[in-house]
Amino acid sequence: MDNLGTDNNPLLVAIVGSGPSGFYAAEALIKSDVKIKVDVIERLPSPYGLVRSGVAPDHQKLKQAINLYKKIADTPDFNLIANVMVGGDISVAELRKTHHAVIFTCGAETDRKLGISGEELKGSHTATEFVGWYNGHPDYRELEFDLSHDIAVIIGQGNVAADVSRILSKTVDELRHTDIAQHALDVLAESKLKEIHVIGRRGPAQAKFTPKELREFGELSDCNPIVQEQDLVLNDESKKELEEKSNITNKKIYDLFANFSKRELDSNKSKKCFFSFLLGPKEITGNTSIEKLILEKNELSGEAFKQSAKGINETIEMDAGILFRSIGYRGVPISDVPFHEGWGTIPNEKGRVTDTDGVIVEQLYTGGWIKRGPSGIIGTNRACSVETVRCLLEDLDKLNIETKKSGAEGIYSILNNKNIRHINFDDWTKIDTEEVKHGEPKGKPREKYTYVDEMLSVIN
Amino acid sequence: MTTIVTDNCKNCRFTDCVSVCPVACFHYDDEMLYIDPEVCIDCSACIAECPVQAIYEDDDIPEDQEHWIEINAEKAAALPVIEEQMEPLPGAEERKTELGF
Repeated sequence: MDNLGTDNNPLLVAIVGSGPSGFYAAEALIKSDVKIKVDVIERLPSPYGLVRSGVAPDHQKLKQAINLYKKIADTPDFNLIANVMVGGDISVAELRKTHHAVIFTCGAETDRKLGISGEELKGSHTATEFVGWYNGHPDYRELEFDLSHDIAVIIGQGNVAADVSRILSKTVDELRHTDIAQHALDVLAESKLKEIHVIGRRGPAQAKFTPKELREFGELSDCNPIVQEQDLVLNDESKKELEEKSNITNKKIYDLFANFSKRELDSNKSKKCFFSFLLGPKEITGNTSIEKLILEKNELSGEAFKQSAKGINETIEMDAGILFRSIGYRGVPISDVPFHEGWGTIPNEKGRVTDTDGVIVEQLYTGGWIKRGPSGIIGTNRACSVETVRCLLEDLDKLNIETKKSGAEGIYSILNNKNIRHINFDDWTKIDTEEVKHGEPKGKPREKYTYVDEMLSVIN
Repeated sequence: MTTIVTDNCKNCRFTDCVSVCPVACFHYDDEMLYIDPEVCIDCSACIAECPVQAIYEDDDIPEDQEHWIEINAEKAAALPVIEEQMEPLPGAEERKTELGF
């Protein structure tokens, strides 16, 4: 047999998950000087992961990353096998037989819990659910969010918390011409929310927003951003953090909070979005659905850049009609793949999957959030997947085994034997075209199909 | 909205930004990098990566650097794309120290 990675014996790689990390892994493989065939397996009929269903609908420019993914998908060595669940429709053991290597880029699909009493009450939601719902993700299509209350609380001060609170703070007119799902727009149109509270465990010098996102709160058509001046008082260590020249991002964020605190309230605007700090959720109370949130005041301790928040046994109570937690994300374990329960990731060394004792598991690799945890933005995953692919290509000799691998044909035969419907990139393109067509009359970039069956019926 | 490479990149060209760019919108010459505003999606991943804080969003750009908005657009259109990180220019570390980083 010819050497692995040559025309007659290409390296066959299966990538599990077609979000940014999956596409960047595919790109790095295809651009390498090794002859490769990549099969990207996606659970939904639609590719692009969180760029489609995570990035907020009012951030259309960010979604243009898809233009690059389309170019990657157009290369002859790329193949999409969508509507197929790895660990369900096809097993990892089967993929190890059909392919030389498998890369898991399946993201972090669940939320971290607050771990407090009342968290399961009606009206207490995860940010993931809400984001999936307004972005038309089929998994979250049937969820209901009751916005008939005065007050919404978002726990967490990162990118996702910013998205959720901004969507709640915007008017329907500010969202109408985005690709927000119609069912979400209809519910948001009836929203009675007057106050949105965004609550952080640490201080204004440690918030994890990007300055750009935070700035948007100053530009909302019907909502005042509010920061209490006394909340901007910093301890010495936080001052030190902001004085550090390399910490320009947090300095910009702090300055934006300061700017919000000095603004005069625009009485023509009907909503208020409060940013509050040094508060940790202790308990959610209510009879059948949430009514109040008990928060414990925190203080920071530790040296600059390593400060942690600790409760000071002083609580405050606030009314809350609906609550979203956004304090971190976890991956979901896949059968036959090691999983680190504590971190919610696949244990790995630079992308080479290891067992929980740190021993490398041959053939298996990982990239993106399921590799390193939920941090960074779209582009961070490019560097992450490039590192993984570099390791994979270094292992070429180890992956070179005598048995012939069947690649995509092997996958198709397994799926066809089980009568599992799978679709390819051309099929997806048909769905994509229809979505864009349905968006046009409404002045939207697209109207998403929000049920898997609807998507599949387009191809029939 | 657009994102711009400015003065500080000159004679450094660390290119850390390139490895996190999700859309390969950086272009380069012998001195520095430039962002193609037609391709950039303003994700701001590059801004935090730059060891000499050469990259700004136009909302945020110091007044004395505003001329770079036009220069980035012009240069990027004519120069090759850089898709992978390169070695910094000789003397980059010294320049970084000089700039106070």
